[in-house]
Amino acid sequence: MSTLEEYFAAKASGDLISWKFQVEAAAKFSMSLGEVEEAIFSAGLLPARYQRNRKMLSTEQQHKLFRSCVAVIGCGGLGGYVIEQLARLGVGKIIAIDPDVFEEHNLNRQLLSSPRLLGASKAETARSRVNDINPALNLVAIQEAFDSDNGADLVAGADVVVDAVDNVAARKALDEVCQRLGIPLVHGAIAGWYGHVSTQYPGDEIIGKLYGNADDAPGVEKHLGNPSFTPGAAASFEVAEVCKILSGEGELLRNRKLHIDLLAMETEDVPF
Amino acid sequence: MTVTVKLFATFREGRFKEERRSYPDQMTIGQIIEELELPKAELGAILLNSRHVEKDVAMQDGDTLSIFPLVGGG
Repeated sequence: MSTLEEYFAAKASGDLISWKFQVEAAAKFSMSLGEVEEAIFSAGLLPARYQRNRKMLSTEQQHKLFRSCVAVIGCGGLGGYVIEQLARLGVGKIIAIDPDVFEEHNLNRQLLSSPRLLGASKAETARSRVNDINPALNLVAIQEAFDSDNGADLVAGADVVVDAVDNVAARKALDEVCQRLGIPLVHGAIAGWYGHVSTQYPGDEIIGKLYGNADDAPGVEKHLGNPSFTPGAAASFEVAEVCKILSGEGELLRNRKLHIDLLAMETEDVPF
Repeated sequence: MTVTVKLFATFREGRFKEERRSYPDQMTIGQIIEELELPKAELGAILLNSRHVEKDVAMQDGDTLSIFPLVGGG
């Protein structure tokens, strides 16, 4: 019986292992799809699904993403797009946290929502979706509200935390927990045509500066609502930041925020 | 004194995007916010000459003040 390495060598096309052979290897060697994906990377090969990433990310960087854990707080407007993009990017472990179930007013924008899922847990739906995109990934679904009491336990072990919550109180709790645990926080928020994104490393004070004037009441999103495109735009900027934090590529939005105005079609790079 | 005031997002509605405005010397940012009738509950980040500041700071001639509404949805 051949070894896994011999199997990969026989099935590789160049350095790519196709999904068909990843599935076949899992059955043949009694491994999970995740274990096979790790073995492909460890052999210096690339799962073929990532071949269009390779002009931006080396195989080593793609392997690093697979070994990384990203916690996404909120699985609604921002979170649905963030989770979709993290999964397709190849982040190996995603912790998805949201206490809510889908309601009809989510259908205009929340990627994970659909009529048949009204009443379904947003976090559990995220798990189903990621399992559909790539069953080699591990999505941990937590149907709880994030706060400063439970937060440290919920995001323990995460390399990056993504802010996709819909209120100021939860953002302040996220700030406090990430500062305490020393985890980079990618912050995004939206309202109507507008949004902003920033990346806060431990010791930075972006959240405090952005929300220092706010009590815990809703911001302008309360009367502006949110259309379909603003969460997708802001979420894409957030995932680009996660990709750069984990891969070490590029410049981050540290000590500045990118203000996005989709009505005037302007962006403003605001230093802090 | 003359200062440049830049407003963002919803704060532009019924007001302006960017204006050079005349104020009495030593007027504070908080007083300018009141003069512009910006809703306090919706107040987000305030930048004076591209640096984050609090509302009690007094303005100087030639300053640029940028005011953003609170954006908190997700």
